Amino acid sequence: MSTASASDMPLSEATTSLRRSASFTRLKESGIRSLLFLCAAVSILTTLGIVAILFSNAIYDVSPRQVGPDTLVRPNEAFFQQVSVTEFVTETRWTPGYTEKHFGIMPLVCGTLMIAGIAALIGLPIGLCSAIYLSEYAAPRTRAIIKPVLEILAGIPTVVYGYFALVFVTPYVLKPIFQDLLGIEVGVFNAASAGIVVGIMIIPMISSLSEDVLRSVPRSLREAAYALGSTRVDVSTRIVVPAALSGIIASFLLAISRAIGETMAVTIAAGQTAIVTADPLGSVATMTSYIVNVSKGDAVIGSIEEKSIYAVGLTLFLMTLVMNIISQFVLRRFREVYN
Amino acid sequence: MSDQEIEYAALLKRRHRISTCFEWVCRIATISALLFLAVLLAGVTWQAWGWLDTQFLTGFDSRRPAKAGLLAGLWGTSWLIFFTATFTVPIGVGAALYLEEYATDNRLTRLIKLNLSNLAGVPSIVYGMLGVTAFVRMFGMISAADGWTMAISLGFGTLEIPLPLGRCLLAGSFTLSLLILPVVIIASQEALRAVPPSIRHASYALGATEWQTIRHQVLPAAVPGIATGIILALSRAMGETAPLIVVGAMSYVAFAPGNLDTPIGAVQDPQRVLDAPFDVFTSITIQITNWIEQPKEEFQNLAAAGSLVLLTLLIVFNATAIVIRNRAQKKITW
Repeated sequence: MSTASASDMPLSEATTSLRRSASFTRLKESGIRSLLFLCAAVSILTTLGIVAILFSNAIYDVSPRQVGPDTLVRPNEAFFQQVSVTEFVTETRWTPGYTEKHFGIMPLVCGTLMIAGIAALIGLPIGLCSAIYLSEYAAPRTRAIIKPVLEILAGIPTVVYGYFALVFVTPYVLKPIFQDLLGIEVGVFNAASAGIVVGIMIIPMISSLSEDVLRSVPRSLREAAYALGSTRVDVSTRIVVPAALSGIIASFLLAISRAIGETMAVTIAAGQTAIVTADPLGSVATMTSYIVNVSKGDAVIGSIEEKSIYAVGLTLFLMTLVMNIISQFVLRRFREVYN
Repeated sequence: MSDQEIEYAALLKRRHRISTCFEWVCRIATISALLFLAVLLAGVTWQAWGWLDTQFLTGFDSRRPAKAGLLAGLWGTSWLIFFTATFTVPIGVGAALYLEEYATDNRLTRLIKLNLSNLAGVPSIVYGMLGVTAFVRMFGMISAADGWTMAISLGFGTLEIPLPLGRCLLAGSFTLSLLILPVVIIASQEALRAVPPSIRHASYALGATEWQTIRHQVLPAAVPGIATGIILALSRAMGETAPLIVVGAMSYVAFAPGNLDTPIGAVQDPQRVLDAPFDVFTSITIQITNWIEQPKEEFQNLAAAGSLVLLTLLIVFNATAIVIRNRAQKKITW
């Protein structure tokens, strides 16, 4: 009886008002959810934006734009509509600013890779050894101090590194060693000084990331190796480093990708001579420094010189993207999982 | 002892020697990295010695080194960081909230997450190219020749927005915002992930909605972590040069954005505050770059002094972040 009367009872006012407020709350909730989704979508839009501007200025311009009276300028055509991809890849001269124009990316890629190579030569061994020291040898207190101090190196603005390369590394390190001692001429602007400071810049990236993965190798592995009579160097180089190899390689790739994309230190210290060369003591131009120098100059908007920075930017973007993707792949695919 | 034992003893000694050598190699590598830092800081300080005075901090740039100052850059950087923070904080935290609290694990979510980690690795100069095309020229939709100004009258002044934006401070801030957004989102995500699910469940059990749970439980708990991430990202934005050059920061400017060179000026003439975002601009880093490129020797000292100011600001930023993090670690006990 009593249960029947309860179910027959009409909805009280309190219940209806609760229901009404609940639907308003629901509306508000879904509104907030959509708003937050839009925030997350900004990151997708950024990527689309980058791809769109590089594509439309470098590969194929879709936007209808007025053709200027100067027919030489051809403002609505993208870079690769005017320059063939074959020339871009095989030509060894890069002279978009001159009357006799050549568009071969090779000198810029060569300069970029030379600086990234020197940086890797400095940064990778020092970074990895620091990581091993911090993870395997240093006392917890030492590590707690050294790690954040090393990370300061990563926080120093790149323009300061460029200044340091130009004002200290070249005159006080490179000149005394190569020019005074060995008699090889050292230019005011040279690839070596830029490479050295970029190498210093990437040390903390490698040491921090690698140290994290080295430390995540379980203690039991180390203890097992010690129990078999290993010395510390055996444990470090034959047990811990191989176990953490995927993370170490990922950190190397990230660091090199950062070195390739590094701009200001290179622009300031390496000069802007776009030539294919193997001489690290001479001036080189990199992809990034070329973009900066064109942006600083007064290239006419729509001119082939202005369009060329998008082609260079596209090459740079693809190179760093591929390295980042490989590094993520290595990290995911070859990660050793311990339980 | 048998021959074998002698051999073993010798081998053991050698192995231990190698081990000690290796330890020293690693130690020296670490020390050399620290040494680089010390030499860099000492070198910059040494070059800046005697040049970092009140004249330098309160004067505008000049062709004569003795008269040149950093004021335009200081104002420029402050405005840039202010606007960058205004844009990144809500969008970055919002995106992190969506990804951590709302998003289901579907293809779109995975795409956004993958995209984020790739965006964080895009060289800053590419963001500069995005900025100059998207904001300065607005994709060429409005050509600079027939550009116009949108005027919005506010009681105390007129907001004049040029279209396309042109090489103005706001375009620079937009660019820096996009640049640090992935960093802010990733840091905020980590902070949100550190809040234990039990807090959320308790809140839901009491009848709170998703947003109420986030607003009153999750966000307050994650604020220290988020703030640390934001401050570190902003300090990165502060040290950026390349994207600003591409966007079109002026290497030589002898006035502050909107001609606003004292804080009191903002009260005396509010119009200047409204003009500032659309004015041409420079930054500390741009001024340093410009000085490095000057042929006169003294400008190198100015570049060092500018670097020292920049480094000091960065240290203050980072110290704040560390203090916030340490305080939060002490306070929170789940």
